[in-house]
Amino acid sequence: MLSAALALTFLALVFGLLLGYSSIRFRVEGDPVADQIDAILPQTQCGQCGYPGCRPYAEAIASGEADINQCPPGGEQVIQALADLLGREPKPLDPDRGAEKPPMVAFIDESDCIGCTLCIKACPVDAILGAPKQMHTVIADECTGCELCVEPCPVDVISMVPVEEDISHWKWPLPKVANGDAP
Amino acid sequence: MRLWSFHGGIEVPGHKEISTTRPVEPAPLPKRLILPLSQHLGAPAEPLVAEGEEVLKGQMIASPAGFVSAPLHASSSGKVVAIGEHPVPHPSGLSAPCITIETDGEERWVEREQRDFRQLEPAEIRETVRQAGIVGLGGAGFPAFIKLNPGRTIKTLILNGAECEPYITSDDMLMRERPEQILRGLLIIRRAVQARRCIIAVEDNKPEAERSLRQALGSMKEDADDIEIVTIPARYPAGGEKQLIRVVTGQEVPSGGLPVQVGVVCHNVSTAVAVYRAVELGEPLISRYVTITGGAVAEPRNLEVLIGTPVEELLQLCGTDPGAVQEVIMGGPMMGISLASLGVPLVKTGNCLLAVGRGEIEHPEVMPCIRCGNCAEACPMSLLPQQMYWHARAKDFDRLREYDLFDCIECGCCAYVCPSNIPLVHYYRFAKSEIRARQEQKRKADIARERHELREQRLAREKAERAARHARKRPGPSDESKKAAIQAALERARAGKQGAAQDDV
Repeated sequence: MLSAALALTFLALVFGLLLGYSSIRFRVEGDPVADQIDAILPQTQCGQCGYPGCRPYAEAIASGEADINQCPPGGEQVIQALADLLGREPKPLDPDRGAEKPPMVAFIDESDCIGCTLCIKACPVDAILGAPKQMHTVIADECTGCELCVEPCPVDVISMVPVEEDISHWKWPLPKVANGDAP
Repeated sequence: MRLWSFHGGIEVPGHKEISTTRPVEPAPLPKRLILPLSQHLGAPAEPLVAEGEEVLKGQMIASPAGFVSAPLHASSSGKVVAIGEHPVPHPSGLSAPCITIETDGEERWVEREQRDFRQLEPAEIRETVRQAGIVGLGGAGFPAFIKLNPGRTIKTLILNGAECEPYITSDDMLMRERPEQILRGLLIIRRAVQARRCIIAVEDNKPEAERSLRQALGSMKEDADDIEIVTIPARYPAGGEKQLIRVVTGQEVPSGGLPVQVGVVCHNVSTAVAVYRAVELGEPLISRYVTITGGAVAEPRNLEVLIGTPVEELLQLCGTDPGAVQEVIMGGPMMGISLASLGVPLVKTGNCLLAVGRGEIEHPEVMPCIRCGNCAEACPMSLLPQQMYWHARAKDFDRLREYDLFDCIECGCCAYVCPSNIPLVHYYRFAKSEIRARQEQKRKADIARERHELREQRLAREKAERAARHARKRPGPSDESKKAAIQAALERARAGKQGAAQDDV
């Protein structure tokens, strides 16, 4: 009886020390789940989800604070991927956050730009070039289409234009499923 | 020589005899040549000329942009009249940047340097081939110089004269009419890749081509000992690179790998002729043999066509009845692309124009998949077409990659044997382009994340710097100097008081 109790105590002590040691030795920095979620998000940094960027939204999802259907630029594709990652049921996009749109880029009508730099300050990815009292322009390749620069412009010369389809970005459409071709 | 066989494949009616009855002639010079900047895999070329500039035949008018790219040459002399968007042969039917030349009919050549390839180092041959804008003329359009620079020991060099797709006879006619140039090109490629053994593979439905090659080989005085001409059974797609390697050498190219991994390099016979002309005659790639055939063509035949000639003119030359045309395909009926407009130019990879007559190719009604498994038996890449079809429909792209979707060569065997007429290859093309688009999207998202993080860091740094500046300003002069100043003021005041007191006395 005594030997059994001693043996168990001894084992508990050994494993406790082992666990304690490994929790310090093999500690994972940061939040791996938030990293994985952040990798799925489109990095538009638009804030439509109610968080100041994709990373904060990813952390909010990871902590259970936010739902997975708050990202309009990501749309159905991102919701599906998040649902797969987190083992949840996919749900439709929250309509309060906005609607899924075709990809857009910002365009500045340079002839009317007054060079106030407000849009430069608003751009989350530094995709607008310009200096005070100089014309500004958008680097279309870097623009994420977040629309954050549209609102601050005092002279309303920034518009969102759809990304033009060219041959290098063209995609084969899904074949039309005929009537009889049901699964 | 022992031959092997590849998995699957199909037997298809050839329809080749209709376009091989007439000798090949050069097509007349068109008034306008439209030269797309992207006729190859890789980055589009960059124009070297401006609108209004006079160009000579064979002059380089666009330079390669990056390593996997190819330059472009004027197919005839004339004046550049436009640089801009023009419809090109592409399944989307969209336009792409092109250089349009109005020909002057004088055919003035640039200076051509004629050389003997035996005097050239392999690196010089590769550079010449690169500068000549030669791409794989069998259909893929991969810049040929890259395949001349394998970076590994090459045991076998295979020249592909299989031409397995129905209707197409341009390689056949080339082998019949220019066997010496093919052999000469083969020797040049052999020197570039330093191969030990050379094989020219011809399907057994082209006996004339084989005979003429053998004759030319027999009359060759030197270097002929390591060259073999092999007849392989006609079975579609025996001309596919991996299938041909399997048939000729018995080796399998690993999934996702390249032929060099098994010590083989494969070039098309047309590419060999282009290499010969570039190295020995100093002529860049500005023309090619094209088969113009199909039920709607009155005189189906092969023509030697300048790159950039409008498709419409070529069809007219062979007496095509526009009313009888159901569709025009560039390439063959299995893998070609349907042209949305006939104003598009013939490009480097355009080996055939197939003007399909009404009812010649049927598009029967699509029915549900009955899971018969015929597609898996026909697949020459040993894939599982039916599984890939279901996953493509469900847009389950991760699963599709597990099924090696990217090994699919889009040969169309599965769709050909499908009793339900499901356009299977279309589903795979959809899935492939969707996966590529998502990869691109991911790449752009990663860049955006990095830019956003760098910006956040910069803002934080600027804030900290500003705070530090403020902190420095507030205390102003140091405590000791302050104390000294106060002390001095106090003393001045005291001295003033004392002085005043003395005055009072």
